[in-house]
Amino acid sequence: MLDFVLKSVVTVLIPFIQMFGLYVIFHGALSPGGSFAGGMILGLGFIALNVVFGLEKGQEKFSDEMAGFLVSLGPIWYGSIGLVGILRGANFLVNKDSGLPMGEPGTLISGGMISLITLGIGIKVASTIVTLFNALTEEE
Amino acid sequence: MILGTGDLIMMIFFAILIIIALCVTFVQDLLYVVIIFGVYSLIMALLWLHLNSPDLAITEAAAGIGVTTLMITLIRRTVRREN
Repeated sequence: MLDFVLKSVVTVLIPFIQMFGLYVIFHGALSPGGSFAGGMILGLGFIALNVVFGLEKGQEKFSDEMAGFLVSLGPIWYGSIGLVGILRGANFLVNKDSGLPMGEPGTLISGGMISLITLGIGIKVASTIVTLFNALTEEE
Repeated sequence: MILGTGDLIMMIFFAILIIIALCVTFVQDLLYVVIIFGVYSLIMALLWLHLNSPDLAITEAAAGIGVTTLMITLIRRTVRREN
């Protein structure tokens, strides 16, 4: 009975947890939060899946190979976004001169490349936390 | 010195925080320690929110309640403590 309640609640909650994590990541420039907190919330969604449904089901959704790939993809994504500035003839990681749309202040598309960069860090943090959890759980 | 309502709330929070920290030291069962440590993180997040830094409050809530509790619970499962 307890198992049924846990599984039902987590099944309903996980999409909202993931959505809130992505919201915190993308609004990092506008509101409290940012890439670290958002990525942690995103990773905790996967950890909840691993805890309640078992490691096999969790591996189906977010495998170790996928986590290792994403751990490397985050910094590569960060550096590639930074190189856009050099390709446009300005400095590394420059924001306004790289040609990304600056948008209106106060709306979601307002920071230039900041939302894209925080997406990279969020992916890195989320996959690192899931990798840590899997490494600790498989110890036994 | 006149204390406002905000100072009173902060004093209560700090008192609860000190009590919880002492409890973590003196309680024997490690599972209870983990749960009490989650309450410590919750009070600390409320305190950060009261000190006008909601950014740190979100990080404290996510890292303290989620990750620390999970990790300590997992480590407690793998490590056996001798009496």
